[in-house]
Amino acid sequence: MTKKVIEASHAIAIGARLCRPAVIPMYPITPQTHVVEQLAEFINNGEMDCAMLDVESEHSAASAVIGIVAAGSRAFTATSSQGLALMYEVLPIISGMRLPAVMAVANRALSAPISIWNDHSDAVSARDQGWIQLWVESSQEALDAVIQGYRISEDKDVFMPLMVCFDGFTLSHLFEPVDVPLQPAVDKFLPKFKPLYKLDVRKPMTFGPIGFPNSFMHFKKQQQEAMLNSISVIKKVNREFKKAFGRAYGDGLLDLYKMQGADYAVIGMGTLCGTARVAIDRLRKKGKRVGLIRVRSLRPFPEKELQSAVKNLKAAAVIDRHISLGQEGPLFTDVRNAIYCNDISINSYIAGLGGRDITVNHFEKVFNDLEKGKQRGEWLF
Amino acid sequence: MTLLEIRIHGRGGQGAVTSTQVLAIAAFKDGKYSQAFPNFGVERTGAPVESYVRIDDKQINLRQHVYDPDYVIVLDSSLIDTVDVTKGLGKNGVIIVNTDKSPKELKKLSGFKVHAINITKIALEVIGKPFVNIASLGAFSSLSKQVSLKALDKAIDELFIARGKATAAELNKKAAKAVYEAAK
Repeated sequence: MTKKVIEASHAIAIGARLCRPAVIPMYPITPQTHVVEQLAEFINNGEMDCAMLDVESEHSAASAVIGIVAAGSRAFTATSSQGLALMYEVLPIISGMRLPAVMAVANRALSAPISIWNDHSDAVSARDQGWIQLWVESSQEALDAVIQGYRISEDKDVFMPLMVCFDGFTLSHLFEPVDVPLQPAVDKFLPKFKPLYKLDVRKPMTFGPIGFPNSFMHFKKQQQEAMLNSISVIKKVNREFKKAFGRAYGDGLLDLYKMQGADYAVIGMGTLCGTARVAIDRLRKKGKRVGLIRVRSLRPFPEKELQSAVKNLKAAAVIDRHISLGQEGPLFTDVRNAIYCNDISINSYIAGLGGRDITVNHFEKVFNDLEKGKQRGEWLF
Repeated sequence: MTLLEIRIHGRGGQGAVTSTQVLAIAAFKDGKYSQAFPNFGVERTGAPVESYVRIDDKQINLRQHVYDPDYVIVLDSSLIDTVDVTKGLGKNGVIIVNTDKSPKELKKLSGFKVHAINITKIALEVIGKPFVNIASLGAFSSLSKQVSLKALDKAIDELFIARGKATAAELNKKAAKAVYEAAK
């Protein structure tokens, strides 16, 4: 392994290169662009034996993923915001056809007003389309999650596509030290893609035919089983990744920080958790019993793991970087639902929309609210 | 050490973002943890640009913007009239300005530790072009002692050679060294 200071987008591209995809259909969009540029550079320099498919839109990029994987090859792509929105029609087709693939999403607000900056509205809005979603906090985790992602997605008990969600700009354009795994170690960890079925002229087969009312629900039930299977697969892959590379991210689903003896916790996803760690370190020095629950897997949602993580808490706060308009923070909805039987108070905070900074001061305020027994969250500006 | 935060002000096209990347790589080569990121704007040539570096001896988890820098580097002194370059700078804060003026003439900066260095002049002599972004890091190295000139050289090589610019690497190393000496 070599440790270098690189941009998270570069780390994602290295992760993809190490996984040896056969074809990468790509359409650039801010702030995902550096991922595409770096991959094009790798291919141009002969550092990657892969075809770059220069498509005319994100809809085509996602559609090309179907063809590549159905033909039995590994595919990678990446997008952001409106790009993911344009892919929307194709997302449930990829998962419905049980095609494993990894897509990186540099999370960016959805327009309008136009914003190129980070929040979680793009990928969180797509959470019901049968894609596993791993939300990462650092450049290192971004690289590692791509490698883990193929193992999870291509597991025979799963066969569902996976998104690696990393905060646009806040992470995508950040330089920090990253341990770059060596190719032989990745080859050992990630075997060649073995599709159960593939398009083959010698053995013709139909992919994605019509599902009549007597069969459609069975397909959906199988997909739900596959998503639930992925819970233990994500955990297993996280453990095996630690054995191979010396790093793990919590249990793969939830990443806990200073939860030992904690009375109060914040719950969130992505880079805001890094800043939360700093706030927690400061408050712990003052004797406050506070911790962090970072949700790494939004889908599948780790209900049992969450119930166990919160069981000794007095109160918790969910920080959502997205708002389900007309309802509330979607992560808050999921968390409250999961811990319905846990007797703890839980507040919802909306923060960091459209690139609004989330600071240590915000977390100190949130913990102060919890300690004072405040029953309602708010929008953090 | 405690966390060190650096803010670099420049104009679009001057390479402020690249200079923070080089500084972060250099600090890492000196055995420290580091982080570099730009003020996430829509880049336009000539418009004010800000970019940031954090350096620490432990892993940096903080992801918020830089609000209270310890050091500020101003690549173009005309920015002092349009941007609040001392914003958040504490009373022990240090500001390095590329200018042909003396610190006393920079009235807006009075009350701060100002180092006025004519980096453009040095860049024109050494590089032959007014490329001040990497050269200015020589002054930071000399004044802060937080990153070595040797590590800066290695970082310049790493970033520029990866971009196929070996000649530019050599010239920038020379310019950084000249600014390092001038700032002593």
